[in-house]
Amino acid sequence: MRHVILRWPRNVAVLACVLAITATQALATDEPVIRITAKKFEYSLRTLTLKRGVPVVFELTAVDRAHGFNLPDFGVRSELLPGKLTRIRFTPDKTGEFVFFCDVFCGDGHEEMSGVLIVQD
Amino acid sequence: MDNKIDRRQFLKLTGLGGVVFASGLSGWANAAKKTGQDEFHFVQLSDTHWGFNGAKANPDAANTLKKAVAAVNALEQAPDFVVFTGDLTHTTDDPKLRRARMAEFRDIVGKLKVKEVRFMPGEHDAALDRGEAYQEFFGKLNYTFDHKGVHFIVLDNVSDPGASLGAAQLEWLKQDLKQMRRDAPIVVLTHRPLFDLYPQWDWATRDGAAAIALLMPYKNVTVFYGHIHQEHHHQTGHITHHAAQSLIFPLPAAGSVPKRGPVPWDANQPYKGIGFRSVEADVKRIDYKIAELPVPKG
Repeated sequence: MRHVILRWPRNVAVLACVLAITATQALATDEPVIRITAKKFEYSLRTLTLKRGVPVVFELTAVDRAHGFNLPDFGVRSELLPGKLTRIRFTPDKTGEFVFFCDVFCGDGHEEMSGVLIVQD
Repeated sequence: MDNKIDRRQFLKLTGLGGVVFASGLSGWANAAKKTGQDEFHFVQLSDTHWGFNGAKANPDAANTLKKAVAAVNALEQAPDFVVFTGDLTHTTDDPKLRRARMAEFRDIVGKLKVKEVRFMPGEHDAALDRGEAYQEFFGKLNYTFDHKGVHFIVLDNVSDPGASLGAAQLEWLKQDLKQMRRDAPIVVLTHRPLFDLYPQWDWATRDGAAAIALLMPYKNVTVFYGHIHQEHHHQTGHITHHAAQSLIFPLPAAGSVPKRGPVPWDANQPYKGIGFRSVEADVKRIDYKIAELPVPKG
């Protein structure tokens, strides 16, 4: 399973079994950047672990067509367009496991396009 | 406030919703016998997903819609009309195949022995081409019609792949409602829930709250929809929302499993969770008697 754990207080600590996702210093701040690509019918990570209260920046890109990124438990959503980088600053304020999913219908398999955010203390 | 209500609770709320349930064919046969000027009944079929291929979910997918058509035709009394609340066909990226599925679907449901059949799209029909193919076969994406004093409003919350009604349609709804008395019986037909049933599974309409706000001043509004592949009843204020079963496979209850996906076919109980709905409307009392009917196994 694709799984990224972002440890704190180290700025960038990524345990990645795969991928197009990396955590690096954001350009203008100390906040780690979580890069996620979206394509039919998956994100480049299926599980992501963050620390409560620790801000990160999502950098989201669609590869093949329009997709969505919706994290409803935190009121976070964005439409992802090919060739356009979308940045979302995000600070998880509660612990638990939360679903993120594509909310722009993208074809047969759209319903499978989701992942899990784990927020820990 | 959590407005989720189960079937037993809902039975107690008939004074609020004006709805009475009947279960099974015998219940419906009794309910459907009386029809007069102020009474009528219609059948709701939903989420037929013609073209779906997945033996684990439904090994009889090629016959399920045909059996449902036969079951409707076998009702003791023919309904005034039949309405399909979306996902008539299963999605495909191939525009030719999409149209072929729509043509096959239209041929099959053309065998319904009813005076009138109403359609609306689901996201599987319309989201990939913003309803282009759907409109070629089935007409407008949103429209109204009246039947024996009840005003029906068909809303399209699927041709936008982001599941919005959109500002133009909301304005259209507002203008349509302006013509209505505040106590007029109004039925809204749509595919996705207008309220946030379970956003974690995308069981919502992004701007559904705006539609509900427009409907809220009207005293007698009932919504029938599909999308979630199971019977479900809910109230937003005095407005009742009734989701129908699918005619291809059931989905689990919201949040009951980690991932949304078809409930596997049970060979010991074939067609469990698959069915359709009859609704008897008493226009004077503004009552809707709902009966959930099975698809014959044979």
